[in-house]
Amino acid sequence: MMAIIPATWDMYDMFQAVIQAPAYHLIFEALLIIWIFKLMFSKAYAPNKTILTEKEKEELIQEWQPEPLVPDVPDDHPVLQAMNNNIISGRPDKVMVINGKSVVNMASLNFLGLLGDESIEAAAQKALSKYGVGSCGPRGFYGTMDVHLELEERLAKFMNCEEAILYSYGFATIASAIPAYSKRGDVIFVDEGVCFAIQKGLIASRSVIKYFKHNDMDDLERLCIEQQKEDKRVPKKAKVTRRFLVVEGLYAKHGDICPLPKLVEMKWKYKLRIFVEESFSFGVLGDTGRGVTEHYGINIDEIDLMAACLENAIGGAGGFCCGKKYIVDHQRLSGLGYCFSASLPPMLASGAIQSLNIIIDDPGMFGKLRNNCTLIHEKLSKIEGMRVVGDPVAPIKHFSLSEPSDDRDLDNRSLEKITQEAMQRGLALTPARYLEHEEHNLPLPSIRIAVNVKLTEEEIDTCINIVADSCQAVLSKSS
Amino acid sequence: MNGLIHKTNGVHKNGKSHKTMYTEETDWRKDYWESFEETPLLAAVFTYICYGLVVLIGHIRDFLNDLGLLKVNACLEPRIPGFVPLFSTWESFYTRHVFRRVSDVLSIPVCGVPAARVEIMKRVTHNYGWSYELHKDERSTMLNFGSYNYLGFSQNKGPCYDAAKSVTHKYGITPCASRQEMGLLDIHAELDSLVAEFLGVEAAFTVPMGFATNSMNMPCLVSKGCLILSDELNHASLVLGSRLTGATIKTFKHNNMQSLEKRLKDAVINGQPRTHRPWKKILIVVEGVYSMEGSIICLPEIIRLKKKYKAYVYLDEAHSVGAMGPHGRGVVDYFGLDPKDIDVMMGTFTKSFGAAGGYIGGTKKLINHLKLTSHCSVYSPTMPPPVVQQVLSSMKIILGKDGTNDGQRRIKQLAWNCRYFRRNLHERGYIIYGNKDSPVVPLLLFMPTKLAAFSRECRKRDLATVVVGFPATPITKTRARFCLSAAHTKEDIDEALKIIEEVGDLIRLRYSRLPVPDFNENDIELIR
Repeated sequence: MMAIIPATWDMYDMFQAVIQAPAYHLIFEALLIIWIFKLMFSKAYAPNKTILTEKEKEELIQEWQPEPLVPDVPDDHPVLQAMNNNIISGRPDKVMVINGKSVVNMASLNFLGLLGDESIEAAAQKALSKYGVGSCGPRGFYGTMDVHLELEERLAKFMNCEEAILYSYGFATIASAIPAYSKRGDVIFVDEGVCFAIQKGLIASRSVIKYFKHNDMDDLERLCIEQQKEDKRVPKKAKVTRRFLVVEGLYAKHGDICPLPKLVEMKWKYKLRIFVEESFSFGVLGDTGRGVTEHYGINIDEIDLMAACLENAIGGAGGFCCGKKYIVDHQRLSGLGYCFSASLPPMLASGAIQSLNIIIDDPGMFGKLRNNCTLIHEKLSKIEGMRVVGDPVAPIKHFSLSEPSDDRDLDNRSLEKITQEAMQRGLALTPARYLEHEEHNLPLPSIRIAVNVKLTEEEIDTCINIVADSCQAVLSKSS
Repeated sequence: MNGLIHKTNGVHKNGKSHKTMYTEETDWRKDYWESFEETPLLAAVFTYICYGLVVLIGHIRDFLNDLGLLKVNACLEPRIPGFVPLFSTWESFYTRHVFRRVSDVLSIPVCGVPAARVEIMKRVTHNYGWSYELHKDERSTMLNFGSYNYLGFSQNKGPCYDAAKSVTHKYGITPCASRQEMGLLDIHAELDSLVAEFLGVEAAFTVPMGFATNSMNMPCLVSKGCLILSDELNHASLVLGSRLTGATIKTFKHNNMQSLEKRLKDAVINGQPRTHRPWKKILIVVEGVYSMEGSIICLPEIIRLKKKYKAYVYLDEAHSVGAMGPHGRGVVDYFGLDPKDIDVMMGTFTKSFGAAGGYIGGTKKLINHLKLTSHCSVYSPTMPPPVVQQVLSSMKIILGKDGTNDGQRRIKQLAWNCRYFRRNLHERGYIIYGNKDSPVVPLLLFMPTKLAAFSRECRKRDLATVVVGFPATPITKTRARFCLSAAHTKEDIDEALKIIEEVGDLIRLRYSRLPVPDFNENDIELIR
């Protein structure tokens, strides 16, 4: 009865109500008021907090022993030894000099052979005499040189995009691009086999990461449908959750190409934004080297952002992102590797411009590269006891044991022995190195063979024979 | 009212604690002087009014745009049906309405070597900052106080240039492979040992990008279960690196040793929060010279605290290596300390050596571990050869190995320039932050409008400076920043001071109410 006070109740009526209320009610209310006062003035509840004396504090400080900053590394660690023994003198060209010995180089990622090109070096030297070596500042503070602007314009024109943005380090390109767009609460669908740089970008973005099985579109579909169900459940949240799809054009860890047409279909079906990382496919795939979009004949406008590094096929330094102006411009203020780092040294940017000129002038080299890749793939698959994974047109081949054992260390050691045997016979190879405890999805141990467009058929034959001999030497010893 | 809250002569309480016992013989505190004057109340009030007005006008423009009366000319995101917008409207509000108005003071294109004088290209906007047009043929030469060129090695002539040129021919411009995968050239090995000798440590290794040196190597040192104590004004690369480690991060007040000691004590005594298990490691992350404040870290105090509480120190000397100390070896040399006391010495080659990239120096055990587990050893190429050669030549000059005293001349010239420039600015009554010996000089402007005015007026008079505002600095502390260089002669500095005085009188920058400090440049002997 007294529960709800109507709006029209006024002072007189209230006074009347108090007088007319039953006694038990008034006593109950009085007790409640006394209880409130008691609570207000009594001490707050504090669980038993131990207060240490000064002496105890000093003792704790004396006692505490931290772990050593870094664990001990034995001097004969195989990777350390490999690094110390394989120091190159001179240019790591198709034929290079290691420890005074001349070997054929199938380890450097010099796919188009631009490493030894004289016109690139001449362009770099010309820029050196104009700008010096370093750019002495980030892009915002007098570090923007006209060569940077020219390179960005040329890259955008080459890729038929509205705008490109240049970074000074290949790894930092995709690792800064992803956190610039994807924040806490957004969802990123990413292929399991992506490279380490993308993995670091994903961690830095603090978004929800959903890995799907490598190149498995059904798995991706399943994750998207799950996300759709979640969206239907909480539509308000779905309206502000951005969804991204991150893939690589050519996977560095597996050597195969992503199914881009199907991915673009998924993009329109489930409203995802695609970021393609083309470090190994830019300057390699496609009739004119424009990457995986040209390889499949897809319009570049379907891709929201394309990132690539200039350190592999192009033989320069740094990396770039390209896409529509409204997307790429955002990175100029929020890409950490762009705003807070010094810009690319101008002579390296000049070298990259010259590389682009060479690629545009001679599109025939891509056909030649593809021929070399397919040839090497065929020949490698014929070697006994070993197998090649990846696409035949990929310029990196992952060459591994056809029957891997359960012990990764054992396999690693066999592969090291194979590379050492090959080195003695005049061929430089390297096992693919990974940070084994940090990688999300560790592939099997393998030797990473890089194809160079400048290799002639005879040279390829010689090299493959050396590989076959080394494998036989090591595998027959162990078996 | 002069904004003064400290009773001593304007010296900011920089953590010097009169209660802690510090029993070294040469008390470094006698020579340590820095100032961070309080913001005058009127300046702060007007700054807020400025921002408020700009934000209000921005909202009105957006409102009119929604109504269709006014076309907000921007590369706005097109609405694609079904897709969630990429940028939230608040995020782009600041860029569209506040930053865009003053965007002509940033990213000014340069078309020559960034030495003591730099040639810039004219850039015109016809639509109030939405887009720019480059006028490639209109160039002007300005006095360069904006580039990081502390020892003046940014040159396109001379021994460094000759060496870099021949290396480009001999080695090419990129090694195309990572350190663990056949990317190590003999000059890289030479550089590693020279850097170690320069710093006075056992071993060192190099990374092609300074930012990446921090973000790729910190995760190899600490992990979950460790504690990182980082200064509140640390650089973005240190913040990103700390986040990527997965460890717990706590900040302490900028350069305040009492705040740091309190945090250390709490950490060691109480352990991890909630479980109270002891921390695995504690890493103190600080910089040698802070480029936005101009302050120098109290390194002797940090070493004392580190020894007492058994923590590890990570020192980022991006702005101090080459620029500080009687031999140019950084802030450790400046205080005369032992480099072996610092666990991880990190720095960059961009600022004082005229090159690019970073390095980490320490014990052989540390460097071997980093060579095996660093992300850059495995996943990205090693330094480009011409850049390596530039570092080799410049470092040899600083060490005096080329047989001349050019290195010492540059170091002394820089130290003299710092004192002379700072003393003169203090005398003229501007608010300058930082230590008397730091080569970075921030001059406080306070209002965002003065930021644009200062930069544009200086550019009209051919002086290139850097201006920084919110959000890189606190909202009331917009500043102009001058980077001194050994390439600047006394005449260059006098010219700059004249221009600054002219502009300062025009836009009224004499905010300082403190007495003029008594340091000067006379105790530094220049080598002619």
